[in-house]
Amino acid sequence: MNINKITFLVSILLSLLLAPMVSQSAGSSVALESHRLNLGEKSLQRGLKYFTNYCMGCHSASYSRYNRVAADLNLSEQQMLDNIIFTRGADGEKSKVGEKMMIAMTEEYGKETFGVAPPDLSLTARSRGADWIYTYLKSFYLDESRPMGVNNTVFENVGMPHVLWPLQGWQKKAEHHDDDGHGGGSGFEQVTEGDMTADEYDQVVTDITNFMVYLSEPAQAKRKSLGIKVMMFLFLFTGLAYLLKKEYWRDVH
Amino acid sequence: MSLMTWIDDRFPLTKMWEEHVSKYYAPKNFNFWYFFGSLALLILVMQIITGIFLTMHYKPDADLAFASVEYIMRDVPGGWLIRYMHSTGASAFFVVIYLHMFRALIYGSYKGPRELLWIFGMLIYLALMAEGFMGYLLPWGQMSFWGAQVIINLFGAIPFIGEDLSIWIRGDYVVSDATLNRFFALHVIALPFVIAGLVVAHILALHEVGSNNPDGIDIKKNKGADGVPVDGIPFHPYYTVKDLVGVCVFFLFFFGVIFFAPEMGGYFLEHANFVPADPLKTPEHIAPVWYFTPFYTVLRAINNPFGGVLAMFGAIGVLFFLPWIDRNPIRSWRYRSALHKLNILVFAVVFIILGYLGIKPVTTLFTEIGQRLTLMYFIFFVVLWFYSWPRSQAVAMRTFIISVIVMLVIEFTGFGGFSTGTRSYALVGMLFPIAYLAFMLFAGNLFPRMGAEKVVPERVTH
Repeated sequence: MNINKITFLVSILLSLLLAPMVSQSAGSSVALESHRLNLGEKSLQRGLKYFTNYCMGCHSASYSRYNRVAADLNLSEQQMLDNIIFTRGADGEKSKVGEKMMIAMTEEYGKETFGVAPPDLSLTARSRGADWIYTYLKSFYLDESRPMGVNNTVFENVGMPHVLWPLQGWQKKAEHHDDDGHGGGSGFEQVTEGDMTADEYDQVVTDITNFMVYLSEPAQAKRKSLGIKVMMFLFLFTGLAYLLKKEYWRDVH
Repeated sequence: MSLMTWIDDRFPLTKMWEEHVSKYYAPKNFNFWYFFGSLALLILVMQIITGIFLTMHYKPDADLAFASVEYIMRDVPGGWLIRYMHSTGASAFFVVIYLHMFRALIYGSYKGPRELLWIFGMLIYLALMAEGFMGYLLPWGQMSFWGAQVIINLFGAIPFIGEDLSIWIRGDYVVSDATLNRFFALHVIALPFVIAGLVVAHILALHEVGSNNPDGIDIKKNKGADGVPVDGIPFHPYYTVKDLVGVCVFFLFFFGVIFFAPEMGGYFLEHANFVPADPLKTPEHIAPVWYFTPFYTVLRAINNPFGGVLAMFGAIGVLFFLPWIDRNPIRSWRYRSALHKLNILVFAVVFIILGYLGIKPVTTLFTEIGQRLTLMYFIFFVVLWFYSWPRSQAVAMRTFIISVIVMLVIEFTGFGGFSTGTRSYALVGMLFPIAYLAFMLFAGNLFPRMGAEKVVPERVTH
């Protein structure tokens, strides 16, 4: 193996490692908190519960089907029908388990009410990133000047109300920044308590974010597990191919 | 009578197999850089096969396209794998092609008698860029839409016919359903045909003149008693088994990306492309996919839109003329001067930085760097031409003066940074390409060791 080859391989490896670091999620200039991704079944099930209860009032996940989610999260179709499906189709019948996760709210109604129709959330984790969602859901603060009475540091002048307020309570922007320049201090002050402690609320937001990451690419667990098998096969096969080449090339001088 | 004889009486199967595979004698000293031709062919086949399966489920309709891609990702069994292979394959194609072209550059593979081989290759590269550009519109995401909008608007900068030309390309006043439909047709039928045809021509030309090698020696000039080149070995089995190892190592990277980083941090699949196309909402930052970005920086370096388009197409077009720019009889950089090696390495680094700048948003500093590196990109060809044969100091001086005048004219006629109110940057910035050019032109005579060429051996080395 000559030096050309080695530098080339090393540079490819380095770029593979570094590329994800320089990537940026679209959107805000605020420093985002980092979300600890965990695609465990329990967290995803809780995330699904919060997502259908709180988010799907206004947001669809129109590329996703209920029964696919059930299969991936190890829930039965009956559990899905009994606990998760709250939506109805245009005919007024309860959504069937094989249907897509649509909502009843029309785009026109959404526009009229919020200024912008609430966007579909199927792919938000891929377009904005998990950290963005995680930070966004924790960054609503009271702002009298906004129609919904709240604003968001991550998404300025957002049209969405703070749907999770019964859990988090209300917070306002801290007047005196305790920020030591190292990202310390959340920049918010609690105004009224919610039903949950800050840690419990963090867990809710974590679960929702996990679920939305799953939702953005349901095949990802399969992708990674299949990937490991394919890579192991390729390593073995590369070894065999190399031995074959060596055998053939013995007589080339 | 065996089956093979029966066929051979009716079709030259054995003859073709021998001519192109089992009795095609390739130099025995191929190194790492010679894997990328067969890899490019492999990727072409993979793109066609995965493309066929994608076409079975994809809907070329502005209202349905985005959702049909998500349908492939979620509801079609194995659809996600096919789609990732196709999207990663597009990027891998360009990685492999750029390395393949770099190989031609360092070993002088474009030089006679391989001029046509090089030109066919360049045409493949052009067709591939068109193929990639049109394919990128099909998912109908925000970046698909706005990327296409920006690129097609470039044609609008051409005087007189520009406006009509861009409407003709789009089939509409903006990128729309009509654009999507024709891009689909061109992407899945027209361009694959063109590319496949050009690849056949490329390989036929290669097998007519024979492969170059890292020493740049013509192995056909040294044949044994049996008429076989002494330094040649049959492509099959020697290079088929060797390329198999190359394919395996390539697959380790390729499937590593597919299974563990299919978005490649936003470079292979851009984040904004997971939002459906919205003609009313311009994304904050529009960047073409990474393989176009070096030329995108060249485009942005010139302040005049038409000037930018000319510079961009000039940057690609000048590559066609490599065989006639570099007339030095020594092919491989192994036996060329240290200055020649430096020139190529600087060119490679400049190309990579140009690509990086094309991804980043425009800032004054980046624009200035982009402008200077654009000059450096073209200086490469001046230096390449200059060292075609030994030149006197007087020719060096003349070349230097003419080049500097050209650069200053571009700078002061409103194309360069001087007219954009960044004079302090521009004055300092201009020094870099000028100093580089001066060094490259004068060093050959001032430091004879740097300009000295080596003796090309009779037989290939290892």
